[in-house]
Amino acid sequence: MQVTMTVNGTDITEEIEPRVLLVHFIRDVLRLTGTHWGCDTSNCGTCVVLMDGQPVKSCTVLAAMADGHAITTVEGLATGAVLDPVQQGFMEEHGLQCGFCTPGMMLTARALLDHNPHPDDTEIRQAISGQICRCTGYATIVRSIKWAAEHPAAAEHGDTVQSDTAQSDTGQSHNTAQSSNTAQSQSADEVHA
Amino acid sequence: MQIPAPFDYARASTVDNALALLERHGPESRILAGGHSLLPMMKLRLARPEWLIDINDLFELDFIVRGADAQGADTLRIGALTRHTTLLESDQVHALFPIITDAEKVIADPIVRNRGTIGGSLCQADPAEDLSTVCEVLGAVAVIRGSGGERLLSMAEFHRGPYETAVAHNEILCELRFAVRARTGSAYEKVERRVGDWAVAAAGASVTLAADGTIEAATIGLTAVGQTGTVGAAADALLGQLPTEALFIEAGRLASVACDPIADQRGPVDYKRHLADELTRRVLRRATERAHASATSTATQEG
Amino acid sequence: MTLIEDHPANPAAGDESRPIGYGRLQRKEDPRFVRGKGHYVDDIVLPGMLHGAILRAPVAHARLVSIDTSEALAHPHVHAVITGTDLQALGLAWAPTLSMDVQAVLVTDKVRFQGQEVAFVVADDRYAARDALELIRVEYEVLPPVMDARTALAADAPVIRDDLEGRTDNHIFDWEAGDAAETDAVFASADVVVSQEIVYPRVHPAPMETCGAVADFDAVDGRLTLYETTQAPHAHRTLFAMVAGIPEHKIRVVSPDIGGGFGNKVGIYPGYILAVVGSIVTGKPVKWVEDRSENLMSTSFARDYIMQGEIAATKDGTILGLRTTVLADHGAFNATAQPTKYPAGFFHIFTGSYDLKAAHCKVTGVYTNKAPGGVAYACSFRVTEAVYLVERMVDILAAKLGMDPAELRLKNFIKPEQFPYANKTGWEYDSGNYEPTMRLSMQMAGYDELRREQKEKRERGELMGIGISFFTETVGAGPRKHMDILGLGMNDGAELRVHPTGKAVVRISVQSQGQGHETTFAQIVAEELGIPPEDIDVVHGDTDQTPFGLGTYGSRSTPVSGGAVALVARKVREKAKFIAAAMLETRPEDLEWEKGRWFVKGDPSVGKTIAEIAMGAHGTVALPEGIDGNLDAEVTYDPPNLTFPFGAYICVVDIDPGTGRVVVRRFIAVDDCGTRINPMIIEGQVHGGLTDGVGMALMEIIEFDKEGNCLGGSFMDYLIPTAMEVPDWETGYTVTPSPHHPIGAKGIGESATVGSPPAIVNAVVDALAPYGITHMDMPCTPARVWEAMQGRPRPPI
Repeated sequence: MQVTMTVNGTDITEEIEPRVLLVHFIRDVLRLTGTHWGCDTSNCGTCVVLMDGQPVKSCTVLAAMADGHAITTVEGLATGAVLDPVQQGFMEEHGLQCGFCTPGMMLTARALLDHNPHPDDTEIRQAISGQICRCTGYATIVRSIKWAAEHPAAAEHGDTVQSDTAQSDTGQSHNTAQSSNTAQSQSADEVHA
Repeated sequence: MQIPAPFDYARASTVDNALALLERHGPESRILAGGHSLLPMMKLRLARPEWLIDINDLFELDFIVRGADAQGADTLRIGALTRHTTLLESDQVHALFPIITDAEKVIADPIVRNRGTIGGSLCQADPAEDLSTVCEVLGAVAVIRGSGGERLLSMAEFHRGPYETAVAHNEILCELRFAVRARTGSAYEKVERRVGDWAVAAAGASVTLAADGTIEAATIGLTAVGQTGTVGAAADALLGQLPTEALFIEAGRLASVACDPIADQRGPVDYKRHLADELTRRVLRRATERAHASATSTATQEG
Repeated sequence: MTLIEDHPANPAAGDESRPIGYGRLQRKEDPRFVRGKGHYVDDIVLPGMLHGAILRAPVAHARLVSIDTSEALAHPHVHAVITGTDLQALGLAWAPTLSMDVQAVLVTDKVRFQGQEVAFVVADDRYAARDALELIRVEYEVLPPVMDARTALAADAPVIRDDLEGRTDNHIFDWEAGDAAETDAVFASADVVVSQEIVYPRVHPAPMETCGAVADFDAVDGRLTLYETTQAPHAHRTLFAMVAGIPEHKIRVVSPDIGGGFGNKVGIYPGYILAVVGSIVTGKPVKWVEDRSENLMSTSFARDYIMQGEIAATKDGTILGLRTTVLADHGAFNATAQPTKYPAGFFHIFTGSYDLKAAHCKVTGVYTNKAPGGVAYACSFRVTEAVYLVERMVDILAAKLGMDPAELRLKNFIKPEQFPYANKTGWEYDSGNYEPTMRLSMQMAGYDELRREQKEKRERGELMGIGISFFTETVGAGPRKHMDILGLGMNDGAELRVHPTGKAVVRISVQSQGQGHETTFAQIVAEELGIPPEDIDVVHGDTDQTPFGLGTYGSRSTPVSGGAVALVARKVREKAKFIAAAMLETRPEDLEWEKGRWFVKGDPSVGKTIAEIAMGAHGTVALPEGIDGNLDAEVTYDPPNLTFPFGAYICVVDIDPGTGRVVVRRFIAVDDCGTRINPMIIEGQVHGGLTDGVGMALMEIIEFDKEGNCLGGSFMDYLIPTAMEVPDWETGYTVTPSPHHPIGAKGIGESATVGSPPAIVNAVVDALAPYGITHMDMPCTPARVWEAMQGRPRPPI
């Protein structure tokens, strides 16, 4: 069947099997690998993306169900080189370690702040209570989201752009699985843009 | 990652269209709403429908409306496609039926609640499902549509047993109706091993006070402890009495006797019976407090 | 020396936000992760890549009668179906474990645990591979399983490992430490002896990323590239060479970003081997990534220790001795990942932080029909079990003596002047100063005030508990004369190159799974060479690009690899001195070091920075005899001893008496991990471990029913804490450097996982004191707490 949706602001049309899960559509078809998966039972929240601005667990949504909707993944959080304050907050407050739950956590945080710009600690904890982090113990995630709430325009200052440039060196040098980078398809790059 | 077996997919545009699709694709077609019960079962290949009829576009089933029913009674109507999050955030629902808000706070997690629907929860009919108990306690009426028209069922008629309801394969649950009653309070409390877990046990209650402060009507429901329908004996013990702690203790005792839990990883039988007792007392206390508050505010408005 | 943490300023750094060396520094790896540019195994796509899926046994113990793969092979998208028989033909049906046992890669004779690997399908995509699993027909003859370690050694118990020649029972090993006779004598003379069975149930590390691999075997040049979720890429390469017969120089193991490990990704699982076989058979790259149930049901679990503890003391609360016998459930294959000479890991540090007259432990390992493993989940090779035992026993003793548990601990600590301290089971604790750490935790908690509050609450029938744990860890394995894994000494290498423009790259053998190595190791080099951390890249996770070493587990990265990195930087610094001397036309002994440059003694204005020296080294400067033209160095570090981090934890819980539900209200953690490199990362490591502790103490357990069905096989039943179950952690620290470590650091990765469970359980038991409870086993679920309140606490297994 054919599905059409907007992913990170770009219109996408693809031919898929009806049973394709949204998480696989995003990862395997669009090659946007920032969205992860961690369980099969919609308990862990690693696969969270925004559907029409609302966080959903993409392992328990069919790609077919997203037809006609707008999806935002972690790759769509930043605007060009300008990070979302949530992304900046997670770096400032050590809201991540292994990075696996991080995209889902940040998207939930974005939706929370859009809905409630000044959440208290309990509201933040409740908002992320459908997502598991095995590394951080959550306190620094709470701090990261508060940081973002307190710096709504944080990402506009120059530091961010600087660290953006700096990171590409680190990322590449660490990451030696180059073949996969080169295998990344055109369509993925279009979606990033 | 686990993946469902192959199936075909159709998206319905209206209730009539959904009914036609169900007719056309036969008994191996299933309605897909939020998907948070059905899709995990399909990933485990415990459910293998041949067709999924997606009803997420049926905005006509996504509503919360208060008005008079055909008999002129004050009624809150909730569309079957109303998401848990919508119910949780509704001030109107909270003001009229705080038991729904209590339950919604502890159903799954906030992200699952963004997708899951009241209709989906009721049709899944999991014995540990919270909204089934809530609807039993509130005496909800289920509105079911088929090609032959609409039928109205009480919860006793709606629930046929674990994972089984009166909704036929070619029918759709469209809405739930709740009678609004004055001087009434309700409450729900659940014990879970962790946030987002299914209930070890839970209890819900609704209490209506007469003008003289005695209990005019009461219902008590239990979740995950093998109790079908409301606990009649416990509610009967309350009728006509002034609400006192001693009365709640007796109702709790009756509830713990009435239920029939099984031992599992969530706890042994005696613990679950204890929770039926303890939680019954707690929800009766809270429902009564809320009924008092409701009576006071009604009196104020009337005065 | 004793400070409460509040982003403390680093005296060595000019600017706290951009330290040259130690101090709070944002992580260098974060920019890619927050953009979704992390690169994990399942993100890898190679041209022509196929997908594998494993058929697993539905029962715990059964003879394999027949297996029919014809229908699966006929599936249009299936390329291969591999069975145990196929592997037998290749000599790959069994693989050696890290504990000198063997494990079936695919079942050939008998299923030995539910979820065991039976067949492997290779197909075009992951959906087709899963579909084809349903087309394989297997007939089993079900056998009675051994599910209770307590009955595993009974004369009539079914023999699980009949594959091993001459095997007539389920016994694996007996292992002892300490002097039994001396301990018996101490116990005989003691005023007070208390004993308790203490069970540490089976739990699972369950990292958010499950295990997986992409194998790419090139038949033309015989070269295998294996992308794996592994914490130990070099050890895996060597073992693959030994198992698969592929020459080691033809194997490249790449461990990209790892989505959490916690010991789950140390062993070599059948799935990794099957991916390799799949690639050899099909001639194409093969990806295999397990689902969550496969992860929970078949990969390395942790703990499963049934411990009989006994503690002896004088009336006035001087602890004299400790002894224990342990029944260790290792599952169907002995596959624990630990130093080979220590079958019970480092459990024999169960003497804890106390100065004892005698101690003895005996551990018996048995086979059961459960998944193999045992050493995982941030356990520091069984220090979790050891700390839990001693810290529970001390609390039980305190209850018996009517003493405050803090007071009892303070009275019995090893004194600072006793370090280095030789305990009764063979350890030499490197350094410690326990009392200030304990006092700081009590001060942060407001201990006396909490006890007053508890007294008032008890009078009102409310249940509040205060639990203490004081732990001593032993990490950083280890000295090669004592510690190896299958003959590989537990050392780590480091290579450092300073490029001509003064930017550097350091290559290390350990593998981050989120610990922030790219930042921490850059900071160590920065501290030693005085160049900014952002000018130093850390390369890890690729055996073709990094020196040999045993990897990251057991909190060994900073103690071992951190030592290697400090020493390699010092080697470069020393070499730089000679080159600087040549550049300045002076003698090396006339130069003095300050952070970042060598200068002439007495004339600080004349000197050369590292960048200038690097250019000189690669340039045209006439080099002294024996100095070659670069600024590079390499070392392999063999630590002289382990390091012994410690800490004082205090937990405050409230229990709902009507439901048994436990709420962790506060948790105060004061850690001493010696020299602190990046306080932000240290705090993160502690927070994560404390959350593990809440998980284990309150909810996590892998249970089985009598038929052998795993009851914790999904995240619906294997419960992990969310943000709602944990408090806002209160952390503090003291600093007692390791005297033998090059920078005095001790390791922090597992301290909190090791130290926190007893604090939480001690708090729960303390809250239940009005019910006469002195012990209950984990997990303290509402039902189990309520049962304890009814006077019938029960072991979880």
